[in-house]
Amino acid sequence: MSVRFTVNDIGRSWDGDATARLSMVLRDSLGLTGTKVGCDAGDCGACTVLLDGAQVCACLTAVGGLEGRAVVTVEGLAGPAGPSDLQHALVAAGAAQCGICTPGMAMAAQELLAATPRPSRREVEDALGGVLCRCTGYAKIVDAVLAVAEGRPTSMDPTIGAAVGSRFARVDGLAKATGFEKFGADGIPIDALWVRVVRSPHARARFRLGDLEAVRRAHPGIEAILTAADVPFNGFGIYPDIKDQPVLADGEVRYRGEAVLALVGTRAAVERLSDALLPIEWIAEAPVLGLDAAIAATALVQADKPGNLLIAGGVRSGDAAAALAAAPVVVEGRFETSFVEHAYIEPEAGWARRVGERIEIHATTQTPYMDRDEVANVMRLPREAVRIVPTACGGGFGGKLDLSVQPLVAVAAWRLGRPVACVYTRPESMAATTKRHPARLVARAGCDRDGRLVACEMDALFDTGAYASWGPTVANRVPVHATGPYRVAHVRTHGAAYFTNAAPSGAFRGFGVPQAAIAHEAMMDMLADRVGMDRLEFRHRNALRAGDRTATGQLLQHSAGLAACLEALRPEWARAQREAAGFNAGGESRRRGVGIGCMWYGIGNTSMSNPSTMRVGFDAAGRPILFNGAVDIGQGSNTILIQIAADALGLPAAAFGLVAGDTDLTADAGKTSASRQTFVSGRATELAARDLRAQLLRLANAGPAATLSLEEGALCVRDGGAVRRLEAAALASLMGEGTFDPPTTPLDADGQGVPYATYAFAAQMAEIEVDLELGTVRVLRIVAAHDVGRAINPQSVEGQIEGGIAQGLGLALMEEFLPGRTENLHDYLIPTVGDMPEIRIHLIEDREPLGPFGAKGVGEPGLVPTAPAILGAIHHATGVRPTFVPVLPHRLRAAILAQGSGPT
Amino acid sequence: MGAYLRPSRLNEALAALARPHLVLAGGTDIYPGWVGRPIDGDVLDIGAIVGLGGIDRVAGGWRIGAAVTWSQLLAAVLPAGFDALKQAAREVGGRQIQNAATLVGNVCNASPAADSLPCLLTLDAEIELSDRAGTRRLPVAEFVRGNRRTALQPGELATALLVPDAAAQSRSRFLKLGARRYLVISIASVAVALDVVEGRVAAARVAVGACSEVPCRLPALEAALRGAPADARLVERASAAHLAALRPIDDVRASGDYRRDAALTLVKRALAEVAA
Repeated sequence: MSVRFTVNDIGRSWDGDATARLSMVLRDSLGLTGTKVGCDAGDCGACTVLLDGAQVCACLTAVGGLEGRAVVTVEGLAGPAGPSDLQHALVAAGAAQCGICTPGMAMAAQELLAATPRPSRREVEDALGGVLCRCTGYAKIVDAVLAVAEGRPTSMDPTIGAAVGSRFARVDGLAKATGFEKFGADGIPIDALWVRVVRSPHARARFRLGDLEAVRRAHPGIEAILTAADVPFNGFGIYPDIKDQPVLADGEVRYRGEAVLALVGTRAAVERLSDALLPIEWIAEAPVLGLDAAIAATALVQADKPGNLLIAGGVRSGDAAAALAAAPVVVEGRFETSFVEHAYIEPEAGWARRVGERIEIHATTQTPYMDRDEVANVMRLPREAVRIVPTACGGGFGGKLDLSVQPLVAVAAWRLGRPVACVYTRPESMAATTKRHPARLVARAGCDRDGRLVACEMDALFDTGAYASWGPTVANRVPVHATGPYRVAHVRTHGAAYFTNAAPSGAFRGFGVPQAAIAHEAMMDMLADRVGMDRLEFRHRNALRAGDRTATGQLLQHSAGLAACLEALRPEWARAQREAAGFNAGGESRRRGVGIGCMWYGIGNTSMSNPSTMRVGFDAAGRPILFNGAVDIGQGSNTILIQIAADALGLPAAAFGLVAGDTDLTADAGKTSASRQTFVSGRATELAARDLRAQLLRLANAGPAATLSLEEGALCVRDGGAVRRLEAAALASLMGEGTFDPPTTPLDADGQGVPYATYAFAAQMAEIEVDLELGTVRVLRIVAAHDVGRAINPQSVEGQIEGGIAQGLGLALMEEFLPGRTENLHDYLIPTVGDMPEIRIHLIEDREPLGPFGAKGVGEPGLVPTAPAILGAIHHATGVRPTFVPVLPHRLRAAILAQGSGPT
Repeated sequence: MGAYLRPSRLNEALAALARPHLVLAGGTDIYPGWVGRPIDGDVLDIGAIVGLGGIDRVAGGWRIGAAVTWSQLLAAVLPAGFDALKQAAREVGGRQIQNAATLVGNVCNASPAADSLPCLLTLDAEIELSDRAGTRRLPVAEFVRGNRRTALQPGELATALLVPDAAAQSRSRFLKLGARRYLVISIASVAVALDVVEGRVAAARVAVGACSEVPCRLPALEAALRGAPADARLVERASAAHLAALRPIDDVRASGDYRRDAALTLVKRALAEVAA
């Protein structure tokens, strides 16, 4: 049966399987990879296309039903004059971060604008409600659609020397808005074989494999079935001394979803070969689930890890116990958090090919250089034999720091001598990859009668899942941050991570600090209430300031802007309190509340070297090029690093070209994690560009005040009246290089030392409304004040804060990963456009002398204070102090009923 | 890869159903069951069948064809009894789902949380089932037998929903409770329909979804409402005892106790809105 239809006004026909999903036909047969696949279940909207003008999910649309119908994809939005107004508006508004949802958003908006050229905000939200975005918090997407309707102008290019601090549009924005950006699943060679991973259905089991070769022979199209025995070194992990996670399990599985076999063959063959046909004999064992079982240690998750303990550590200064015993006001609390899933809309994806005696891997990742070293280790190859070419990354948030598809496609491609691809399904991505650590936090804090903190204690236990991953961070980063951003003389904080038979807990935006912040901010609220102080003023009184020492003994010399953040919130805080009181005077079934959360966040690795090296040079045509090994996972590093390079070199940002990520073409800029790329790679970029500038000025015999300009294949250096023209050929051999490694020191046994070179600070306040009868919480407004040192690109900074707030809102109110039960995006809920509050942002720019142009980082700080602010607002509204997140409606309703009455 | 049929005539479809087929309309409940693998089995796509695509005035009521989507329902001019169903139409999935998913498909999928079911129960709707021998009608309340179970017999195709005129004229309201704004499966849902004559409730129909294996009406509450003044005090007639027949479960979305409690709140709110 042949089906004829049009795609973007071009006639097409289809003779294959009529039940094939339209998304697959568009991507795999027509090469229109602008339509993204995030879930294959209608839950995320990334594959939204127009069918006869109506938005539908291409993943739910049978191609057989398309006879005579018209499909429009993101590739069809542009006209002869180039990208559409909507696409330009998405770029100008900063609506695309990682960009994986942008095509779906564009199509949803297109349906709306065609019918309703001047929509209201509510109509925009209704139209976009079926597309999930995990990066932006939706604010700038809605703004972009409204901007089209209002015909607002697009952004301008900054002048030379003024790129830093400008709202320079993302350099990769148009590629994302037009669908031409290539993500992990978008550039797979047509002749590639596919890997399908067979995963454990058991949380803990031993297994024996039968005759796999017979299965292979019985199923044409299956080229190989890889087992643990096929992996040269079957262990990987973040830390150099902990390679505890097998690429393929070897006779024993430790969590549901762990990889057991890799089926390699044609895509159709590996997808059709059901797990039920594989000779795997399972012997299930009782799993170790949850912290209590882990600590009881009646069974060990890893045989060589006594007590199921991965690591423990802490910070001690003064005598917290004695100080608390003597403090006139002491509060304490116990809090628990859940597994949280990253839920990036792009599942793990990539492909590999063998090139002689080298292996080349194209994959979505946050860390090409660590991938290179890990793959080399797994394959027992020298690291020079591994090339990582990062694709665009459709969201990471920490979850794409660990290996996923990389070793599987590498081992298979190496062995079979053909390109091999692997794309995780959504349930697979959710079951198999890392999560935010569930935490159990017990905190105590004391202050004097004037509201001055005297002591803090925190014991933080974390469920680290089956393998170490980033678990060790909870024993150093968490104890350092567990006081909150406050000056306190007597401190004892402790963190410990225990193995369980659950998916590995890894890095997720904040590495345990968001969990700890829930506890320390509740302590601040409780102390303020006890001494009768305003909650904001209590924090202001105790805020760390330049000149203070932290609990690790570090002297904060510069850039500690928490007090300024709180001062920026003061008028909003007073207004919000008035408005909430006015609303509550109505005495209905809904009550409003206002809460506040503060945070600090050390930028970069904890007491560990984490250098970046960046290079700036020219291409053959004389165009300046940033050779950038730092992966942009949506946060905008490609753009802000060019802004930094432009101003440091003295050329316009718009002139720059970019070589990004490829380990053969760039230098190691470390991981995109720990909010470090602006601060660390930014500083390295500044140094590289200044190095190149110095070379140019030497070549031109010009002084430091000389100006540079690009003119027809040459670079002109003007110094006073003198003009020196450097031809492109002479430029091509120049390369500026810069390396920066933030100065830190190791922490001693009491956690004393300088763990970070600088800290970001922030305060956010939340205004919420609780439906007392249903236990539902609506966040009405978040006002965020962030000390970022310097906003290299205010639009990007806002985007990080807005997106962080969305994830913090999810953490507080709806996100709870339950292995085996919420492994899809309709049972695991992340905020939609309709769940987001109005967000107001105040940027505090307390310059950090070590940072590029004074900048620090903002990637993780956006998220950390949000949940504490919301939880504090729930208490303010209802009198209930939430002790378990997420605060799902049934939990809050139960707590309200248990309390027996209204607010106390 | 099985057979794929997309007939334009109903009798061809019914002939095909001599052997089992997966019936495909909007696809929104089928494809999520096949993530990461192609559909295996014979598929009957009913999207091109003439006569299944409209919402029509028929003798004694309204007929909603099996291919009618939520968006088409929303766009149709219909009497007040359909207001609840239209409110559900705005809250099922996102626009993408509303544009593709059919009401009949939502009924046949027989989810305890199906948003169409409380509304159709309060509309006294029937479902039309066709096979080669003819057609029969069953009340929706009898058609849905359990979680993912219906009274559909081998060889039968659900071809329409039928709504009687009497119910189509009622005041109606649907309320849905979820943990987020869009794209959310109901924790609980409620539909109410009220016939008001001279300021008093002549008839009341109230149904609750996601709180029992099959969404169900609350006859005791309906009886308690009958004859009462349709005013702000109407909600006082609703009590927890009227919800005793519900059997809400604990799941990832909520606890059973909460569902029961929330259902009563939703019932009262919906009643307050239609009584006003």
